[in-house]
Amino acid sequence: MAHRIEVGFKQGIKDALGEKTARKIVENLNLTVDGVTTIEVYTIEGDLTDNQLEQIARGPLSDPVIQHYVIDRSLADDFTWMIEVGFRPGVTDNVGKTAREAIELLIGTSSNAGIEVYTSRQYVIRGNITRAEAARIASGLLANDLIQRYEIISGTDWDPAEGIKPYIPRVIIEDEPVTEEIDLNVEDTELQNISNTRVLALTVEEMKVIQSYLQDESVIAERRHVGLSDKVTDVELESLAQTWSEHCKHKIFNSMITYENEGGERTEIDSLFKSYIKNSTKEIREELGENDWCLSVFVDNAGVIKFNDDYNLVFKVETHNSPSALDPYGGALTGIVGVNRDPFGTGKGAKLIFNTDIFCFASPFHSAPLPPRILHPRRIYDGVREGVEHGGNKSGIPTVNGCIVFDERYLGKPLVYCGTGGIMPACILGELTHTKAIRTGDLIVMTGGRIGKDGIHGATFSSEELHEGSPVTAVQIGDPITQKKMTDFLLIARDRGLYRAITDNGAGGLSSSVGEMATLCGGCELDLSKAPLKYAGLQPWEILISEAQERMSLAVDPGKINAFLSLAEKMGVEATVLGTFTGSGKFHVCYRDKTVAYLDMSFLHEGLPTMKLRAKWEPPTHDEPDFPEPDDMGGALRAMLSRLNICSKESVVRQYDHEVQGGSIIKPLVGVVNDGPSDAAVIRPVLESYEGVVVANGICPRYSDIDTYHMAACAIDEAIRNAVAVGGSLERMAGIDNFCWCDPVQSEKTPDGRYKLAQLVRANQALYQYTKLFGVPCISGKDSMKNDYIIGDTKISIPPTLLFSVMGKIDDVRKAVTIDAKKPGDLVYVLGLTSDELGGSEWFALNGSIGNRVPVVDGERAKRLYLALSRAIDERLVASCHDCSDGGLGVALAETAFSGGFGMSVDLACVPSVGIDRDDYCLFSESQSRFVVTIRPEAQDAFERVMRDNVFGLIGGITQKRRMTVKGRQGNVIIHEDIDDLKKAWQVPLNF
Amino acid sequence: MVKKVKSIVITGNGTNCEVEMAHACRLAGSDDVDIVHISQLLFGEKRLEDYHFLNLPGGFLDGDDMGGAKAGANRILHATVKNSGEKLHEQFMRFINDGKLILGVCNGFQLMVKLGLLPAFDGEYDSQSVTLTFNDSGRFEDRWVYLTINKKSPCVFTRDLGGVYLPVRHGEGKLVARNDAVLKRLHVRNHIVMQYSDHACRGPVMNYPENPNGSIDAIAGICDESGRIFGLMPHPEAYFHYTNHPRWTREELPEEGMGLRIFRNAVDFIRREIA
Repeated sequence: MAHRIEVGFKQGIKDALGEKTARKIVENLNLTVDGVTTIEVYTIEGDLTDNQLEQIARGPLSDPVIQHYVIDRSLADDFTWMIEVGFRPGVTDNVGKTAREAIELLIGTSSNAGIEVYTSRQYVIRGNITRAEAARIASGLLANDLIQRYEIISGTDWDPAEGIKPYIPRVIIEDEPVTEEIDLNVEDTELQNISNTRVLALTVEEMKVIQSYLQDESVIAERRHVGLSDKVTDVELESLAQTWSEHCKHKIFNSMITYENEGGERTEIDSLFKSYIKNSTKEIREELGENDWCLSVFVDNAGVIKFNDDYNLVFKVETHNSPSALDPYGGALTGIVGVNRDPFGTGKGAKLIFNTDIFCFASPFHSAPLPPRILHPRRIYDGVREGVEHGGNKSGIPTVNGCIVFDERYLGKPLVYCGTGGIMPACILGELTHTKAIRTGDLIVMTGGRIGKDGIHGATFSSEELHEGSPVTAVQIGDPITQKKMTDFLLIARDRGLYRAITDNGAGGLSSSVGEMATLCGGCELDLSKAPLKYAGLQPWEILISEAQERMSLAVDPGKINAFLSLAEKMGVEATVLGTFTGSGKFHVCYRDKTVAYLDMSFLHEGLPTMKLRAKWEPPTHDEPDFPEPDDMGGALRAMLSRLNICSKESVVRQYDHEVQGGSIIKPLVGVVNDGPSDAAVIRPVLESYEGVVVANGICPRYSDIDTYHMAACAIDEAIRNAVAVGGSLERMAGIDNFCWCDPVQSEKTPDGRYKLAQLVRANQALYQYTKLFGVPCISGKDSMKNDYIIGDTKISIPPTLLFSVMGKIDDVRKAVTIDAKKPGDLVYVLGLTSDELGGSEWFALNGSIGNRVPVVDGERAKRLYLALSRAIDERLVASCHDCSDGGLGVALAETAFSGGFGMSVDLACVPSVGIDRDDYCLFSESQSRFVVTIRPEAQDAFERVMRDNVFGLIGGITQKRRMTVKGRQGNVIIHEDIDDLKKAWQVPLNF
Repeated sequence: MVKKVKSIVITGNGTNCEVEMAHACRLAGSDDVDIVHISQLLFGEKRLEDYHFLNLPGGFLDGDDMGGAKAGANRILHATVKNSGEKLHEQFMRFINDGKLILGVCNGFQLMVKLGLLPAFDGEYDSQSVTLTFNDSGRFEDRWVYLTINKKSPCVFTRDLGGVYLPVRHGEGKLVARNDAVLKRLHVRNHIVMQYSDHACRGPVMNYPENPNGSIDAIAGICDESGRIFGLMPHPEAYFHYTNHPRWTREELPEEGMGLRIFRNAVDFIRREIA
């Protein structure tokens, strides 16, 4: 029988969550309430005595100092509305799981005693709120329909004696496991139909490749031998669809493209990935020769470089856009714990040392009506922020750096980039750690969470498939603690040499993880019936492709399996042998004693035909703006500082633990009162050493409106200059490219596909050019190609967005530099050339324009400057250094001043510039490769000597008086602002 | 006098500050420092009695799912050490009776108050009289805070310390006492070791963000009557070197971070006074 235990705060104890909820009702929904209190509800199934229930309620479920509880009756009374929010069946309930474990321990029973705990929360609302408004609060703030259910109870109808009956969101599936056979000897239209109805996302051409594979006589003969017919099984079809998906095979990046430039000149490109990304890295490594510090690039879950002789660094950045659009909290949480598994599943596995997150949203102040199925950007902002908070903080990984980019076109789909770095000893028990090998006979082992229907066909699901009693297949909620327990265990197992190879279960689940590992030895035999399940009733194909979280797949030597499994058991981690790696050349999957899939490894991994696409570049032309130079330049500067893309993100940053692990050197917030914006992070991953890791990002999607070539060049330059600004050096810096595009394949839905593909080609051309020039090789990357929203007549496509992330090395963290002005009397320099490059700038955007003169990166000049600046920093000549990016020089100068708590006096006439004829252009041009640095007067000569072959200008000094004074190019004072006012303008917009 | 000071840092089920806590113990002069997974204690492979200094590091025990360290406390109270019939909790009680030192930071502090190890009036180390609950702001925050030290406190960890500057990184750090009598006794008997303060470490402040969580009377850390059991929300292990300080690039700071003093005091005390 089921019982309900309700836990609430005692009289007089502050209910912080309730108050926060009340605030959000006001801020997000514009409704007023008198108050909100919260009650935690535990619905417990199991055979429990009254005494035990009392013990449970008093013990782990409530805090005797501040809380009270009731069993099988209700706490809430005297309210206007009560909204109880619980999970739908099958949705991960982390608190429920922890509560169950605690109860089992308390009453001394085992985990098979049939106790289950489901949690829900009551929001008890008092105030003048109508039923319709209560419904808005429930659906618009408290619950997400996709994963949660809610009940709204009116205070007038409430009978506390009656209370609420226990509701059990148990998954009940009565289906027997069966494997279906599908006849592919059908017409093309039927092939397409099969692909569509099964959400395979395979084209007719791809379906026909499978069709003809199954017509091969030798294939048929071999299949007969294992009891399969010439029809494909659902397990095989799903497995092929996963392996051949855009997500796993990057079909567009590997396609054959005919590219036509604006002059009509055509080029054939055989794979963007190989031609531009991989090739640049290959050429850089060749040039480095014996000093090549790249260890593993593009072949594993993450890239690996050498940190020093003893350690390697690992880095990966992923996106989790579609899930975050549907369920911002769960999507982002799964995004961060998911990317954690990439470095963790690279080589022998790495300890995770930092996270870096970049979000692209529409304005949280969006006020226009929302198209159907789109969540309000404020809700996305709050949910994503919280998901990453829980995922990152609870995993004990510091979130060291990141940014938030705003553009209205992210309304259709937000971008959630999550990156994670790791460190591994270069060698463990005599074996190199950055490579993977598997021997025939090694056992296939899965560890961590159990398999459910979570994440099956995640990205392509539709809401109609959801109904009461069926688990939610599309969205998942991560469980950072289950993952932490697993990684704690696996790092010990790694150091004891208990496994041979490791990989993560992400997209495609076991199908991808085991399928990819099997390529290392040439085959596998997997028994799906052995896989531990969250609930009964999963079909074999579902077990194979479920993307249920917190799982790693491993290859374990049979001689070590006992030691491996007993360590797992001891540390409370589930580990199960699912089969054997073989040399058979076959991807062989069984369910109990029956074969359900039998595919040639070569067909599974290399059978996919190459796509052929066309791209045509026609440079867009925008109107040149004609707004006059503002009279109030101080006001203009304040307006710029308040732009969403420029203003402080402190409220978000503070909610991420950026210091855990003890190696924090340059924090995201710096300056005299710890609130200035850092350019990049520096951490020290080995506490006994002063060698450090620099992490930075570059992203500038606005420039895509003019030319994606320069957008990409600027993103790369921005990431590198951010890293250089804190003390990183081009000597050892690796990049990760992460392309988020709108669909670039010409079709009825995408009539401008050729243009969008040309944008992709150009971004890749720039990537090749500039990574090569800077000597910053990409070591891994990711692409997400379908970031569009189409419902009815509304189509919203994101601006083509490249996130370029870098991880570099700093030899001595004690030489790192921050952005804040340090002392009155210090000299202010601008490094780099300022040109009339306001196309796509924040200044033009503020004035309603795009323009055409996008910033162009002069790579040679930038590289020379970066090398010189690195030298100056290494010689400790630089007091502060801040890069110029969004908002240009004006913003960088203001941030330098107010972060340091000092004034500044500068003269624009001394800014090295070309083609600039307006003060506002000088202040707000976004020319790349520039810095604002401050120098102690005694270091002036030495600094200028180091800089002598570069463009730089001494433009003024730091003052005790807290004013920013700027002289215009004509010699008149154009800005005379209190730095506290400037700071306030910068801090206010997103301070919630 | 002991020949060797032995420290243990307990980890597992969501702790995440164990590495820097062990590092701080080592820098402070502890001869042996072991990071021990709780399963090693529960399987009898390691025993608390083999150590002098027990460290309970920060993290999110079991996700803090029913409140900070609630499920973690439940585990220590009820889990049995394999093949011995002994509850892990009994090892904790013996450790305290032996006069050894315990330091709990953040989630470790939450664990201690929920076990009743603090403030443990009248030597009752198994009855909860205070708690740590959600910050008034309703949010987790990472920020550095100034702390004033109660010189009259018996706490051995803070001897000779004036003010300290350390980071807090928590969502549940507000100390609440069961009633006014408990609060009064905390004051009168000098259980209160540390309070959030203004930037000159001049005394307790209630205003946010100097007091980051709204803690009653700005309490940031408390000890038992012996002063050997100490818990605090701020992270002393996060400030062991000057480069941990958020303003190290602009201030003249001593090489060693202020947080390390707390560990040094512990190790010195053990060397001096524990036989």
